Amino acid sequence: MLSQKTKETLLGPLNANNPVVVQILGICSALAVTVQLKPALVMGIAVTIIVAMANVIVSLIRNTIPMRVRIIVQLVVVAALVTLVSEILKAFAYDVAMQLSVYLGLIITNCILMGRLEAFAMTNKPWDSFLDGLGNGLGYAIILVIVAFVRELFGAGTLLGFRIIPDSWYAANGGFYENNGMMLMPAMALILVGCVIWVHRSINDEKK
Amino acid sequence: MKLNTNSNIYTFIYMTVVVVIVAVLLAFVNQTLKQRQDDNKQLDMQKQILGALKVDYADQDPAKVYEGIIAVGDTLQFGEKQVFVAHLNDTTVKYVLPLAGKGLWGGIGGYLALDEDKNTIYGVNFNHESETPGLGAKIVEYEFREKFEGKQIRKDNVVVSVAVLKKGKTCDAGEDYQVDAISGATITSEGVSKMLEVNLKEYAKFLATGEVVKEDQQAHKVLYVVNGKPVNNIDFLSPDEIIETKVFTKKEALDCYGIEGLEEVIVVITKEKED
Repeated sequence: MLSQKTKETLLGPLNANNPVVVQILGICSALAVTVQLKPALVMGIAVTIIVAMANVIVSLIRNTIPMRVRIIVQLVVVAALVTLVSEILKAFAYDVAMQLSVYLGLIITNCILMGRLEAFAMTNKPWDSFLDGLGNGLGYAIILVIVAFVRELFGAGTLLGFRIIPDSWYAANGGFYENNGMMLMPAMALILVGCVIWVHRSINDEKK
Repeated sequence: MKLNTNSNIYTFIYMTVVVVIVAVLLAFVNQTLKQRQDDNKQLDMQKQILGALKVDYADQDPAKVYEGIIAVGDTLQFGEKQVFVAHLNDTTVKYVLPLAGKGLWGGIGGYLALDEDKNTIYGVNFNHESETPGLGAKIVEYEFREKFEGKQIRKDNVVVSVAVLKKGKTCDAGEDYQVDAISGATITSEGVSKMLEVNLKEYAKFLATGEVVKEDQQAHKVLYVVNGKPVNNIDFLSPDEIIETKVFTKKEALDCYGIEGLEEVIVVITKEKED
């Protein structure tokens, strides 16, 4: 269905060329939104949509952009898109907008966006750029979800807000279990990302 | 002719065009969606007030439920703030006070519903902009809010508020006037505590007498200086302790103490000072 090259563009960032664990981009936001699964999921989706759209727009106008101000043009495109999405969410999905609050604005500073615009969209056709944005956004979302899954499960005993570890296990109710408070600290996100990188590298090296 | 995309004039025009297009687009979107966004904000506020009043609107339209409880004009105006007067089904009157303060990362706020005695907390609802999920953000959960219910905010007719303290600590007013903080969220808990204290004291006069006067509107016109220490009131002094009082006008106060914006400064010297 897809040619080898487009397949590589779309699926490469999910594993072999993952923006977070291979290119080590977008770490800062990965720390901020991964305490719970839900904001991590929403953030992942939001970034995916915005990277894909920004990639397409920049790719469409890539031949007209003056080289000296290209970063500024990219920034304007991203900032406009983020503002647009935030306005639309506030009007049609107010709860989600409140949930995302500051993180939505922080998408502008996500290095993955600028990285993809500069490295891919500036030199490729719109359709390829769209796939590249989609792939990178999803690659970012996967890592976010993995980290958030571990942090919410062991930090709060819940997943997506639903209780997984039974209340009766807790020491407060006469059980033996205690939530790991360290999981809720940003430092733990960094350690977990490190673990994901470790596992990812050792699997991929074996393949080679 | 091939356009030189690197010339100064091209760059300049290009940027101008891009910025104008983006500005027009965003302004247009903002204008079109503004009404919807404001409606959402209004609805959100109404839902929060219903939450503080513990009204379950389940599958009904929250705006309709709200209107049934707080009719248009059922508000008391305190400067820019409003206190809502709610009539619940059981014909009791509740007063809903707005709260606003600071958490760890951003603003926190909420609504506090008081019983008709303007003393017992009926229910409370908190919201926050960006507290840490799983820690500070827990202030919105009923598990935390529930602890406030039934607490009194006045002791001997003075507003003492309800303190949010770590387990094991006791506030000045006694154990009845505090709730347990959220473990791991010290600064957010302190923020809630401070928010309650500051906001409730603003309505001290109203809570005590029912008069619609904001506390700081009258109290802050006069500054008392007791033995060189500025205080907001001198209720704690008994008349026979006072040896001398001097009243300064606004201008004199500015000259002597460098204090602006006050109508009067009253300097009090007490007996202890003499000793």
